[in-house]
Amino acid sequence: MAFKTPDLSRRSLLKGAAVTAAATAFPAPMIWAQNIKDVTLRQFGTGVSNINEVAQKVKEDLGFTLEMTALDSDSVTQRAATQPGSFDIADIEYWICKKIWPTGNLQAMDTSKIKNYDKIVGIFRDGKLAPDSTIAQGTAPHSVGFTSGPGGTDFVDTESGWMTLIPTIYNADTLGIRPDLIGRPIDSWAELLNPEFKGKASILDISSIGIMDMAMVCEAMGEIQYGDKGNMTRDEIDKTMAIFTEAKRAGQFRAFWKSFDESVNLMASGEVVIQSMWSPAITAVKARGIPCVYQPLKEGYRSWGGGIGLSKNLSGLEQDAAYEYINWYLDGWVGGFLMRQGYYSAVPETSKNFMSADEWGYWFEGKAAEGDIANPYGAKLAGAGDVRDGGSFADRMGAVACWNSVMTENQYMVRKWNEFVAA
Amino acid sequence: MDRFLRSRTLTGWALISPVAVVLICFLILPIIVIAIVSFWQATEFSIIPAFSWENYDFLFGSPVTYRVFLNTFKYAVITWALTLAIGFTVAYFLAFHVRTLTWQITLFLLCTIPFWTSNIIRMISWIPFLGRNGIANSALMSWGVIDEPVEWLLFSDFAVILAFVHLYTLFMVVPIFNTMMRIDKSLIEAARDAGATGAQILWNVIIPLTKPGIMIGTIFVVTLVMGDFITVRIMSGSQSANVGRLISNDIGLLQYPSAAATAVVLLITVLITIAILLRFVDIRKEL
Repeated sequence: MAFKTPDLSRRSLLKGAAVTAAATAFPAPMIWAQNIKDVTLRQFGTGVSNINEVAQKVKEDLGFTLEMTALDSDSVTQRAATQPGSFDIADIEYWICKKIWPTGNLQAMDTSKIKNYDKIVGIFRDGKLAPDSTIAQGTAPHSVGFTSGPGGTDFVDTESGWMTLIPTIYNADTLGIRPDLIGRPIDSWAELLNPEFKGKASILDISSIGIMDMAMVCEAMGEIQYGDKGNMTRDEIDKTMAIFTEAKRAGQFRAFWKSFDESVNLMASGEVVIQSMWSPAITAVKARGIPCVYQPLKEGYRSWGGGIGLSKNLSGLEQDAAYEYINWYLDGWVGGFLMRQGYYSAVPETSKNFMSADEWGYWFEGKAAEGDIANPYGAKLAGAGDVRDGGSFADRMGAVACWNSVMTENQYMVRKWNEFVAA
Repeated sequence: MDRFLRSRTLTGWALISPVAVVLICFLILPIIVIAIVSFWQATEFSIIPAFSWENYDFLFGSPVTYRVFLNTFKYAVITWALTLAIGFTVAYFLAFHVRTLTWQITLFLLCTIPFWTSNIIRMISWIPFLGRNGIANSALMSWGVIDEPVEWLLFSDFAVILAFVHLYTLFMVVPIFNTMMRIDKSLIEAARDAGATGAQILWNVIIPLTKPGIMIGTIFVVTLVMGDFITVRIMSGSQSANVGRLISNDIGLLQYPSAAATAVVLLITVLITIAILLRFVDIRKEL
């Protein structure tokens, strides 16, 4: 049987080649505008920044769809490590990154594609807020922020040009209190275990963060001297857990919380008067009209940082869209939104453009408010003359005593944590 | 060949093969996989398929395991006793004191209506009720019964057991009601004619005849309570633990082999408990 050979003359071949060359010569803008509307990026992370308003603004400003899923920190770690195909963007904290970066599920990010890289606050680049700052104990973000190159699963301690996460958000955490139910000034972490608050205290049930709060309390009580709170020895872990287990058996804690909504309910209902808290929980309680203070304490703050990472499966158009998203994120609108909840943006300068002068003065510079300060959803948080708890950015981030950490003895610490909960 | 194809054995096997396949794929195989994984090792975020006893060593060597299992049993026993008392009473009323069949069915359905709402919501709704500033405390204070809010109503063992009883009493009512309906009424008449008092009828006639129902209900309640970790976590404010919580903590931290080992131990414990219970009563008559 004879096959009819296709009529491939030299002329048609050259024609085809010329058309293809012409098509590839004018690529990005036209194809971009068409296809980007079809791109959907799946983002997941802790509830901190997985906010619907951000997804809406992304659709307006950039054109593609952002699907967000919010989970608690332990579930986030689990998903990032075991289900790499289920997400495109991971919005996670640096201590979670330390746990999962070695799995290779995230790709190294090229800092040359980040427009505002040089404006990123020093904490994330060389670890120092100001040239003379000391680096706090624990898993400091800059120590797990850089990797050797594309495909690297290690951490390097110089600004190598390849980041594990692009930093976006951070804050200094402390204890939250109900000043109306306590009635006297609180100035030390040790007050969490004060028998005066028996049955009215709480701590969070996430091992990696809770252990740092425990360490701050034990050190403030003078019971234990830590070599590095962010990397404790087994002995230190045992002693810390023993102190807290004793307090728990004595009935010091009303309950523990795992997600920030639980902490809001505990505080707002008056079940608890002093507890570990996160900044949005404080603003949520205040927005209900209940007095709640994020108390600056003399021993310092426990700090954390979060950033955006890309899944290793991301390539091509989706990858370009993701870099667009990151550049837009650092351009200020989201930064302004987050700052008005009490967080700090990794690029404060651009966020300034999206906040009113009064808001900037209140949230960042620690000045007294001139008018009413409202949260991004409109509820009033503070009136004229009020000062942000803790003061200015330099006051708060300059007083960081330790970072949320993953320790070498992590598995041992987790077992001890389970024992504490079961005790 | 024909005889073989038509034999009872082959027909029997052919008839049960769909169920057997489903059970093997979805019950037996997963349990075998869990048992295998329980012997493996783990790092921060991955599993290493290398045989080791370390998970079991740790489980049996840690005092926490024993304390937690004891706690789990404690919850199971107390819940069982309370659900039995309430369930038996309700079933007795429904079976013997309600005259018409229509009313029996209506009242029975009335009992099941709360179960159309999710378990979790029904459990969480206790929290505002029992809290320090909650409805129960406010009511008690306004009636003058107490001066200070009662602390142990919420985030305590009391709250956990209250939630368990609330959630699982129906599982006791249904089997007991079922068995009671099958009791031949003429037996009770005969006992009365023979001169037995109400209490004697209850103890000597009704209870022995409802034993299979009680046993089925017990199996339901005990297995449910021993596995339920969410109720314990929320109602105790994360301060009490049972075995389910140990497993869920391990899973949350990606320590799958350790969780698998705990799960295997729990499974064996529950199977032993049920085997012991089944020694007392033969429930095959009911099925």
